[in-house]
Amino acid sequence: MIPLTSIRRGSFRARGALAILAAASLLGSAYAAPDQSAQGAQSGPKVAARRLSEDQYRQAISDIFGPTIKVGGRFEPEIRRDGLLATGSGQVSVTASGLEQYDAMAHDIAAQVVSEKHRATLLPCKPADVKSADDACASQFLGTVGFLLFRRPMTNDELQSHTKIAGDTARSLHSFYDGLGEALATLIESPKFLFLKQGAEPDPDHSGQFRLDSYGKAIQLSLFLWNAPPDRQLLEAARDKSLETDHGFAAQVDRLMASPRLERGVRAFFSDMLGFDEFSTLSKDPVLYPKFTLKVVEDAREQTLRTIVDHLLTRHGDYRNLFTTPNTFLTTRLGSIYGVPVTARGGWPDAWVPYTYAKDDPRAGILSQISFVALHAHPGRSSPTLRGKALRELVLCQKVPVPPANVNFTLVNDVKNSQFKTTRDRLTAHRTAPTCAGCHKIMDPIGLAMENFDADGGFRTTENGVSIDTTGELDGMKFDSPAGLAKAVQSDPAATTCVLQRTYEYALGRPLGKGDNSTIKALSDEFAASGYKVPELLRTVARTDALYAVPRMDLSLNTPGAGAVGAAAPTGETR
Amino acid sequence: MLTRHITRRSALRGVLGAATVSVGIPLLDCFLDTNGVALADTGAPIPTRFATWFWGCGLNPGRWEPKSTGKFDAFGPELQPLEAYRSKINVYSGLKVYLDGRINTVHFTGEVALLTGTVPHASTVEAPSIDTIIADAIGTRTRFRSLEVSCTGDPLHSQSRRSASAINPGEVSPVALYTRIFGPDFADPNAATFTPDPRIMAKRSALSVVAEERRDFMADLGAADKARMDEYFTSLRDIEQQLDLELQKPAPLEACSVPGKPDATPTGTEISVVQKNHKLFAGLLANALACGQTRVINIAYANANSSLRKAGASQTHHEYTHEEPVDPVLGYQPEMTTFYAAIMGSFADLLTALDSIREGDRTLLDRTLVMASTDSGYAKIHALDNIPLLTAGAAGGRIKTGLHVQAAGDPGTRLGLTVQQAMGLPVSTWGNASMETSKPISEVLA
Repeated sequence: MIPLTSIRRGSFRARGALAILAAASLLGSAYAAPDQSAQGAQSGPKVAARRLSEDQYRQAISDIFGPTIKVGGRFEPEIRRDGLLATGSGQVSVTASGLEQYDAMAHDIAAQVVSEKHRATLLPCKPADVKSADDACASQFLGTVGFLLFRRPMTNDELQSHTKIAGDTARSLHSFYDGLGEALATLIESPKFLFLKQGAEPDPDHSGQFRLDSYGKAIQLSLFLWNAPPDRQLLEAARDKSLETDHGFAAQVDRLMASPRLERGVRAFFSDMLGFDEFSTLSKDPVLYPKFTLKVVEDAREQTLRTIVDHLLTRHGDYRNLFTTPNTFLTTRLGSIYGVPVTARGGWPDAWVPYTYAKDDPRAGILSQISFVALHAHPGRSSPTLRGKALRELVLCQKVPVPPANVNFTLVNDVKNSQFKTTRDRLTAHRTAPTCAGCHKIMDPIGLAMENFDADGGFRTTENGVSIDTTGELDGMKFDSPAGLAKAVQSDPAATTCVLQRTYEYALGRPLGKGDNSTIKALSDEFAASGYKVPELLRTVARTDALYAVPRMDLSLNTPGAGAVGAAAPTGETR
Repeated sequence: MLTRHITRRSALRGVLGAATVSVGIPLLDCFLDTNGVALADTGAPIPTRFATWFWGCGLNPGRWEPKSTGKFDAFGPELQPLEAYRSKINVYSGLKVYLDGRINTVHFTGEVALLTGTVPHASTVEAPSIDTIIADAIGTRTRFRSLEVSCTGDPLHSQSRRSASAINPGEVSPVALYTRIFGPDFADPNAATFTPDPRIMAKRSALSVVAEERRDFMADLGAADKARMDEYFTSLRDIEQQLDLELQKPAPLEACSVPGKPDATPTGTEISVVQKNHKLFAGLLANALACGQTRVINIAYANANSSLRKAGASQTHHEYTHEEPVDPVLGYQPEMTTFYAAIMGSFADLLTALDSIREGDRTLLDRTLVMASTDSGYAKIHALDNIPLLTAGAAGGRIKTGLHVQAAGDPGTRLGLTVQQAMGLPVSTWGNASMETSKPISEVLA
């Protein structure tokens, strides 16, 4: 089925009562309006169901069954929408070949859980007879894990039907544990596990508005701070309603913020924001860049994430200095590309060694790292345009328009032409063409300052025998080196606005709408007041009421009738 | 003199008399009707199969089209690698994509418009791709509704889409594809015995519990989310059907032979790696078709802005299309054009894999319709006219082959409509806005 994407405005008036349903589809897929025809009308609207990402799936299994349970298999690819995979997760489904994989993984996980090795620790009871069904024991186990897997208590019907699967299978295969495994696998491949469906309820503080219910709130909070479904404690707080109280809610936010798992959440957020999913297909031509192995690719990703965690969490640093910090971590492999001697303890190649660049070193900050300069380059050469585009889109949240279809690159990239030896020469010739100038002048002057970095991230001062000119410009700020560019990004207000916007979108799981303006304004003031400390930003966002509101639709798209869904815009008030 | 005539009736009598699921006979030609097109005893026709094959960055205009239309004597130079199969191929020239004012999201628009019949709205796909429409019609009684591979190592390079939210990811590793098709869950149709696996029975009945929760789960969702969840439950139905089939003794298939497990291969965009993996995929997929595992295969040879590259080269195929100067003597980009030879050479590998399997009086290729498409005409300027399109195979006799059809200025959806009709779908129009057509390419319909 193809989602309805265009509706003529006039049709609302004519259809009257159907308007609410029709209007729901206008939201794309973010939030659902109350569906009056459905049986659950009195329980209010349901918020859209995001699909668990691979990391969230792995984390959930590890949290529930312990890290010794292995998760192997191919996950459905994630899709980036409006700058984030987190936003795309509300717009993806499961294909037949994807479900085939989820099915295999679910059975594999379940088989491990009920295996002789694990059953003693993971199962709360033993069957009366291992060769037959034991409904009491099966139901006890399934009810416990079902609560964690579905992120809410199972209904009686659900528990009964899954206990029945365990019983039927146990009888036909003459094995209690095989039966229990089958029932568990069914839970793990259920859409109730694979999709994070959040419920809504009328907001007692704002009449006519809806907010997430307790379990929905727990999901929102946990995905945001830990990149994982809620753990048992958070779900218990939803069940006993303590999450509804200001005190109980604040206690949970504090607990999540103080947990070592926060680091995982921060890593997940920056991996998403900086487009690190592209690492899965990153490779360089082995003839030109023999040192750039798969291990280097892994290390490069880890290097930047370590730098981020160290700077933002451990040192409690200013976000802006992430672009200029001389502190990082290296392995011997990375050292060989950066041209830095790294002595790992005992010569162990996987060991991480803290490293601080000298004051005058051209390398500083995360944009000089392989994870940026090599990720945004071609397999066989550097690319000022790709780097400039990535910096605009990923770091500054500025959209670069798509190139026009009919572009003639021939003259400018005539490699045999002795006039144009360096990339700068070639691009300059290209940029002067009027159709290209508009976009290239916002990308290339940024990227050209990074030309000291080769396609694999190595340092160079010449290209084809000619010395490289690294002068450049970012919105009026001029510089003549990669370090100068780093300083310009550090002082660009767009950088802090961007991380704030992405953080909030990531937390919401949808792109910003008009109704979010006041929230963004309020968050932005607090972020500035904190000295651009990311942990403070996370805490503030986590405590923003609007994060848990089910917003009404954009009125500009609606006509009378459809407006009945929501009354007042969510406030930007923070607790 | 005592002669024993084995008739299909005498051979079957004993077997069916025993009323068992253990049937241990190969499918001899005597089980086919006299035309060799149907399984005589059941009357079920040998199925027609469908394949899509996609490459990026078009071909050089003037260098691929045959000089004459109708039956033709020679391909243009860039289709030369297909010469051995010329009599089984049709060439379609002059077809184009109409944008109707929508932007040309370069490479993507052409790819999607030809395969879905609808110009995408920027980067949003608004209609399902043709392979999923055909798979829904002919693929529901096989273990896999369709099989997708992506030869460049990126599963998202697949062109098969049920909707904007559901791309059928391509398998990137031949070993993984082998395991998926011919691994432990494979039931050899020609095996002597068959015992339904009680575990599969248990799994089948467990899944029906999930399926029964459909109405409840979807009841309180908005329209767009309902559509996404519907996709999940459709996928679930596919798995159930797959299990149902695994519980039945498969009909014997003469042409089915189980291939050996390929060695693990590296993946990537370097052209020799792509060619090698493609050839392995082609062999496995041809066997999967012959063994009745699926009727629809989709091969993404490359992505639309072709990432193919040569070892040691600093540019990709796509970059060469824009950046290499046109050689003034030759009139084309010589380095870029070498990629076309490699691409068409690989397409020939697929045709070899299909044509070397015999089914009755014809080959698997004759019973298949392969639609090969790309994203642009002259890639250097992202041209959306004169886009090179090919079909191979006779769709079990429903397509005439060895023809060149020139349809200058017609929407490329004419081919998609023709293909659907040849595959037996009851459609009379296909496509959207200016891409809508009700005019199949009747020259090739038998």
